[in-house]
Amino acid sequence: MSKTTQKVDEVVIRFAGDSGDGMQLTGGRFTETTAIVGNDLSTLPDFPAEIRAPAGSLAGVSAFQIKFSSKDIHTPGDAPDVLVAMNPAALKVHQQELAPGGTIICNANAFSPRNLKLAGYEANPLEDGSLDDYYTVYDIEMSNMVKRACVDMKLPPKTVDRTKNFFALGLLFWIYDRPMQSTKNWLKVKFAKRPELVEANARAMDAGYNYGDTTEIFTTRYTVDKASLPAGTYRNVVGNYALSLGLAAAAEKSGLGLYYGGYPITPASDILHTLSAWKHLGIKTFQAEDEIAGVTSAIGAAFAGNLGVTATSGPGIALKGEALGLAVMAELPVVVVNVQRGGPSTGLPTKTEQSDLLQALYGRNGEAPIPVITSATPGDCFFVAYEACRIAVKYMTPVILLTDGYLANGSEPWQVPKIDDLPPFDVTFADKSKIADGQFMPYLRDKDTMARPWAIPGTEGLEHRIGGLEKEDVTGNVSYDPDNHHHMVETRALKVEKIANEFEPTEIFGKKSGDLLLLSWGGTKGSCRSAAESLQDEKKKVSHVHLRWVNPLPNDLGEILIKFKNILIPEINYGQLIKIIRSEFLVDAKGLNLVRGKPISSADIQKTAKDLIG
Amino acid sequence: MPETKVKTYTRADFTSDQAVRWCPGCGDYAILAQAQKIFPDLGVEKEKFVFISGIGCSSRFPYYMDTYGFHTIHGRAPGIASGVKLSNPDLSVWVVTGDGDGLSIGGNHMIHLLRRNLDINVMLFNNRIYGLTKGQYSPTSELGKVTRSTPMGSLDRPFNPLALALGSGATFVCRTIDIETKHMQAIITRSYSHKGTAFIEIYQNCNIFNDGAFAPMTDKESKADKVLWLENGQPMLFGAKQNKGIRLDGNKPIVVTIGKKWSVDDLLVHDEGDYVIASLLSNMTYQDDFPDPIGVLYAIDAPIYEDLMLAQINKAVKQKGTGSVQDLLDAGDTWIVE
Repeated sequence: MSKTTQKVDEVVIRFAGDSGDGMQLTGGRFTETTAIVGNDLSTLPDFPAEIRAPAGSLAGVSAFQIKFSSKDIHTPGDAPDVLVAMNPAALKVHQQELAPGGTIICNANAFSPRNLKLAGYEANPLEDGSLDDYYTVYDIEMSNMVKRACVDMKLPPKTVDRTKNFFALGLLFWIYDRPMQSTKNWLKVKFAKRPELVEANARAMDAGYNYGDTTEIFTTRYTVDKASLPAGTYRNVVGNYALSLGLAAAAEKSGLGLYYGGYPITPASDILHTLSAWKHLGIKTFQAEDEIAGVTSAIGAAFAGNLGVTATSGPGIALKGEALGLAVMAELPVVVVNVQRGGPSTGLPTKTEQSDLLQALYGRNGEAPIPVITSATPGDCFFVAYEACRIAVKYMTPVILLTDGYLANGSEPWQVPKIDDLPPFDVTFADKSKIADGQFMPYLRDKDTMARPWAIPGTEGLEHRIGGLEKEDVTGNVSYDPDNHHHMVETRALKVEKIANEFEPTEIFGKKSGDLLLLSWGGTKGSCRSAAESLQDEKKKVSHVHLRWVNPLPNDLGEILIKFKNILIPEINYGQLIKIIRSEFLVDAKGLNLVRGKPISSADIQKTAKDLIG
Repeated sequence: MPETKVKTYTRADFTSDQAVRWCPGCGDYAILAQAQKIFPDLGVEKEKFVFISGIGCSSRFPYYMDTYGFHTIHGRAPGIASGVKLSNPDLSVWVVTGDGDGLSIGGNHMIHLLRRNLDINVMLFNNRIYGLTKGQYSPTSELGKVTRSTPMGSLDRPFNPLALALGSGATFVCRTIDIETKHMQAIITRSYSHKGTAFIEIYQNCNIFNDGAFAPMTDKESKADKVLWLENGQPMLFGAKQNKGIRLDGNKPIVVTIGKKWSVDDLLVHDEGDYVIASLLSNMTYQDDFPDPIGVLYAIDAPIYEDLMLAQINKAVKQKGTGSVQDLLDAGDTWIVE
């Protein structure tokens, strides 16, 4: 029977299975191959907080979504076109989000009475016809297939069964016409010491590929053309990895030592892992006893002349709050990364959220202004990490960098940057030339940046004391003088405001005036941009502005806002940036606030936009 | 190894221009005076000293030393100090803390600093009271302590700082007393020369809120009977007439009188390298029947955290070569879009 090939612009696939089924890994391999094929892509891992919830349970379902396209895309997609469900629980959890008329590919062997019961099915949905009216269902006995593929290998049955995700992967490679070689190479590295696993997984993948090719079940293959991305060398990159690279780049470019103090916390731990593996770059990582020691050791490192960095998630920021006030008072360059997750309290540790913006801006005692920069995409994490470090050192201030779980674990094709092309990052430590009239003044400020000198221990003649008590300006001596305190509160605020003077003019996607401005910060950029594109295609007068810095805000933002009849601010929180915008600019901005632990979809934004402007 | 010649300093070089603001009669004055006297002689360039403190009366200490100093936040000095030391292991880093700062709000950081064994010196001023907040009981106050927050007496049993330090894996544990000037100088010098975290408990009198807390160990009439001066390799002998000693009865220490039944040869001989002896000694604190041991309880050599950290970095450089970030950026599966 002949097979037809159909060209499509974009596809959204969701791999879902038990936590132990290797769905993140399967998704990761499909992503790498898709990147190599040259599609634009965006991914969204979605896994439970439990490492191994009971097998087959709804709580234990782990998923990975990828959208890939021949066009420039900004999000991992809304509703999947294809759902790979490795067990009944995965089907139960994800079926409702599948696009109408979508495809379901199941491991029929996993639909045992026990697993069906665990998932809460009274009847087998693959047999009772309940799915057939809405979806195209392929129920394939994947476990049996891999058993047969490896029959002569004398491997334990459990080991063989665990290759079934590679069967699914092979099948998807066939359906979407992707090469398997890079995954075969990857297997050889991954299981270098277990050649039998290389062989078993490769056989499973081949079996899946051949199943698609030879059986008469699948009649159509799909191709997605290369995306027309700007020329250059590309790689696929995950947010936390890009962020780590950005920190390392800042250290290398500035010549500063990079010191990272942190405590393990989801979803930030990969930054600690990544930097710990780069000891050959001289990077020092310190797994502290708690979040507080993570940040205080980074502050100590900054005092001693290193680039002090810590990363955590919201609960960790809560613990670091007092120390951040100290960094403000001592005016030391410390970069604090918050990979936001669902809150409050332990909240949704593995799910994404944007609910720590106000915490970043205000979550300290006293008037303690800290610049806040945010990342828009996984690859952008590199650039904002670099920028956070540069600004921290230039202005002698702590900087908070906000990313989120979606950015941290999500990935996208990324044009590999050149270190030489990054903005200059020069550092000057204070030396004896800073001594005037026999005295060193640790709070004598630079005229342009208002930064105080960075005088590091070990420098002869600059011995001085700093601390959390209010400082007399210039001398840095402890001061309880009322007017000095007011002056210092003002000085610390002004110093942060000054940073905005070096921002590029704010980019407006669309016309400079119109019926609606979509205003975003952080990871909602992609959804807002997609929504703006679609609405503009429909001739709606909609523009989009994205904020990289939330503190300070761009100097030109106010003028931009007043040119629009409506302002819509989509956020994965209960309304945070909107409070800032309304209070700073006295505009009647509206919010779109969906706090569901996952990205806001472009469709949600388009709908709300149309409700506003018709 | 020949010592590197450094500048000679005087006490004035280590005295800052800030007016000292402890209460008149505070034990902290004596400690500061000894520090300013002995630090010039440690053979280290002044600019390499860094004093890190938390919050409390003791934590004002760095303001008065004309070295690098950082008066930080409550309990967190060990964290800050660790970052300083790991960033620049050439610095001589000193943590100045108190019983509340170091053992209550900062207890967690203290035990982890001690177990990691960074080459940092910790001076813990123990006055068994909260002075800066005006007289609440502290984690080292004796059970039943009547204070403003415990009008009917405190309910929690006190921490024994030396036992805590030993239990945390400290490699150097010692104790001195604010008014014992010569002893304190010797202890500071010893602590400085120890490679690894040195934990110094200093009995310090708060004459406002807990006056006389250590009177038995400082009053002329009683101190000979209430202090056991430790000397490595020497029998544990004390008393006005040097006729009392510590002896092991099975595995229990007892106080014996030298005379008919016991001679000096029957006494326990101090061994700074013996954890069991150090542990026995530490537990004489808060025991009315025993003298308080003063001196070096425990001193062993153990790998230093920052040395191990640097060794790993050197090993990584050896294995992978001095890396560049561009190499990392260019690594992995890349493809070219034309």
